[in-house]
Amino acid sequence: MELELRGITKRFPGVVANDNVNLTIRSGEVLALVGENGAGKSTLMNILYGLYHADEGDIYIDGTPVKFETSGDAIAAGIGMVHQHFMLVPVFTVAENVVLGIEPTRGLSLDRAKAAAEVERISDEYSLGLEPDALIENLPVGIQQRVEISKVLLRDAEIVVFDEPTAVLTPQEIDDFFRIVEALKASGRGIVFITHKLTEALRVADRISVLRRGQTVGEADPSEIDEVGLAELMVGRPVQLVVDKSPAEPGASTLQVNDLHVVDASGRTLVDHTTFDVRAGEIVGIAGVQGNGQTELVEAITGLREILSGTVSVDGIDLTDASPRDVHLAAVAHVPEDRQRSGLVSEFSVAENLVLTRYHSDEFSSGVTMNWSRVRENARELVEQYDVRTPSIDTSAGTLSGGNQQKVIVARELSRDLRLVIASQPTRGVDVGSIEYIHAQVVAARDEGAAVMVVSTELDEVMALADRVIVLYRGRVVADLDRDATNHNEVGLYMAGALDQNEQASA
Amino acid sequence: MSEGIGLKNTGHGPGTDAYLGMVDSVTRTPDEIKRSRNLGIAYLIGAVITVAVFVQGTGGTATFNLDNDASFGIGAIPLAWICAVSLAVLGGVQISRGTANFQSALLGVAAVLFIFTLMAWAAAGQSFSLTGTLHDALKASTPLVFGALGGILCERSGIINIAIEGFLLAGAFTSAVVGSVTNLWIGMIAAMIVSSLLALLLAWLAIRFLVDQVIVGFAINFFVLGLTSFVDARVLTSNPEYNGVPTLAEWKIPLLSDIPIIGPVLFEQTIYVYLGLALVALVTWALFSTKWGLQTRAVGEHPKAAGTLGVNVLRRRYVNLAVAGAITGFGGSWWTADVGRFNENITNGRGFIALAVVLVGRHHPVGALCAALLFGFSDALALKFSFLSTSIPSEFLELAPFLVTLIVVASVGRGHRVPAALGQPYEQQ
Repeated sequence: MELELRGITKRFPGVVANDNVNLTIRSGEVLALVGENGAGKSTLMNILYGLYHADEGDIYIDGTPVKFETSGDAIAAGIGMVHQHFMLVPVFTVAENVVLGIEPTRGLSLDRAKAAAEVERISDEYSLGLEPDALIENLPVGIQQRVEISKVLLRDAEIVVFDEPTAVLTPQEIDDFFRIVEALKASGRGIVFITHKLTEALRVADRISVLRRGQTVGEADPSEIDEVGLAELMVGRPVQLVVDKSPAEPGASTLQVNDLHVVDASGRTLVDHTTFDVRAGEIVGIAGVQGNGQTELVEAITGLREILSGTVSVDGIDLTDASPRDVHLAAVAHVPEDRQRSGLVSEFSVAENLVLTRYHSDEFSSGVTMNWSRVRENARELVEQYDVRTPSIDTSAGTLSGGNQQKVIVARELSRDLRLVIASQPTRGVDVGSIEYIHAQVVAARDEGAAVMVVSTELDEVMALADRVIVLYRGRVVADLDRDATNHNEVGLYMAGALDQNEQASA
Repeated sequence: MSEGIGLKNTGHGPGTDAYLGMVDSVTRTPDEIKRSRNLGIAYLIGAVITVAVFVQGTGGTATFNLDNDASFGIGAIPLAWICAVSLAVLGGVQISRGTANFQSALLGVAAVLFIFTLMAWAAAGQSFSLTGTLHDALKASTPLVFGALGGILCERSGIINIAIEGFLLAGAFTSAVVGSVTNLWIGMIAAMIVSSLLALLLAWLAIRFLVDQVIVGFAINFFVLGLTSFVDARVLTSNPEYNGVPTLAEWKIPLLSDIPIIGPVLFEQTIYVYLGLALVALVTWALFSTKWGLQTRAVGEHPKAAGTLGVNVLRRRYVNLAVAGAITGFGGSWWTADVGRFNENITNGRGFIALAVVLVGRHHPVGALCAALLFGFSDALALKFSFLSTSIPSEFLELAPFLVTLIVVASVGRGHRVPAALGQPYEQQ
């Protein structure tokens, strides 16, 4: 089967998401579609899957034009999609999710035995290791992804689209995932692999198509191009892929977390008796697969979550159960992991967002009134200094691009003397240019003598920035490693729970 | 294929949030301790009430009639003392160290003991028909069951249904008027059609225009209350020929109604009770064992997942709401069959209790049946008490079901997971 997208254009109010895009996908090959966030990759695939309708252009299967009004039409034509955010009902079983929409029945009842048998057949054929009766919400993301894959396979997809499939996986799960992709390819299926991770595109693809600002800007043969060349094609200018930093000169211990224990409302352990420190002048990277207690650890340190037992202190100041403002006043900066939920007030202007942490200080207010001219002056300085690309300081923050929103937060948090910087997912959903800039700011904070804690689920980011790497697994610190004495593979094994320093020490 | 990926998905796979499933068994969490202590305080309050009210009662033997000839008597004051001491001890234990795995069972026993003490206090020196009360409890819970089933169908499909009261009232009104002109059976069908149309109005506003579902629900409630009250006052009062239907007789099921105790409670009822129980079984089966049910629940939990697999999310919601409206409207005709006419605001808030029934029953038909029986029981008990010579004012007795609702919802409220997509509009591309 050969699937062709010809001259696809899709406009949203204010943006052209896809601009005359051409793409061909053939059976038995892996096509990598790379591009930055917002380049139009997902829009293009949603058009292919019948979720959006193109304003211009057509889709052809083996030379015949086809129209996909709904995703049902695309499924019928042999196209399957594994979405970035899994389309799984958490309270359903594996089998229920897989057969949803094409349920086998016996009389009027669901035929659960047949559904389970079909899941097992596919699972065995591709070694997916699925248990039909397991509840989705109890499964690791890696397995959930295989459930998504089996949904596609049960519907006899000829072309399988993977949208950022490795974002939530551990390095070992990524290896497993690529083996599944190879198996699918060997069975004669065509694969579209959407990603912004260039190493992965180079590793698995037979062909690479590059999308920039909605346009196809090039097609590359993985054997003839390297990461730097691909990055340049993707961004449109030469980029620095390595973080430029000198060796750390760690000083005294600044952040001290001692036997910290955090549970949720129903008593489940989130952070499990964790002890570590971060010294002045060093960057500690907290690695771990999403959902292993990183969020709650940061919330506990920054005063956003109740601590059950244990202590937190910064330069000897006890911050256990301190309010977020106490934490702020102790010269701690916090770049939260979700900028839209807790980093910014989207409806507020850039200027207002830049004083969210300091509006009450004498600098910006006198008595009960705000000193707006000082607020605006502050905004103009920071926008200039931190290279925030905004139409004006009165623009509401929510309308800026992800990278510029993040720069607003970084400007607000880092533009003062600091003891400690906590940056959670500082570059999630941010373009390559802004990543470079934000990383440089984090390193600059370290060089000025602050202790820095970077939490990221992207192992590449942790390895690029950190002087020391701490791995969290199920809420526990399972490794505390010198960055220069470790490697991706070793950290990956700790992230997966295959290794544990605590056990090695006692053994 | 390599064997490396043959991982079994037992939930203990690498790097996941599966560890969240492990409950800390050694230390009780602050939340658990708090809840345990609150329950203990509730026991102690119960003990105080028992001593302050029930022990001070008129005294004498309360006679509980089981059947036509069987009965047993209990001394009201001794029972009150037993109840007070038990509750005090239970409260003490609950506060000091918790009751671990027996918590729910003990709560159940304590509740039954307390209710018996209450009944003995009210009926001291008189006789009290236990089977009669249970019969009335089942009867009173019937409209709640229909209302709650309608609510469950709506909410399982992801649409919040605050309008159960409005659907019930519309059903009661329509069946009375249409039933007067024709007969009760045609009145029932008309009630189903009218409430079904109201449900479609709710669906249309919520789905097509993305109006806030809670607000639409309230608007429908007030619209129906206003319109039916107006027509009642202006038309029905002066034209009684449009508001009078022969009431529906009970249908004794042969043989089954002869079983002692159970027979008179369960099998000497109107068809509403039999249909309600059958519908609970039918909806349970349909929701959890059919294709339609799987898709309905998927639409309520994760409409996008269903949509990307070719399920028509919006059509499913429209159809389910229409069915839900029909079921609720039929429930509304219960009042006409029971009373034989329509009165202003005849449903008197039972639709809101049905809403609580949905929540307390955890969006499950069987759970809803149990919750409805609880509320029906408090209704029936309040009615019985008004015939006994107690010192409770009748206005307070009318309040009792709502008070029970408040207490039950407040104590059950937490920990129940509603359908994940409830109230969220779904935009089909």
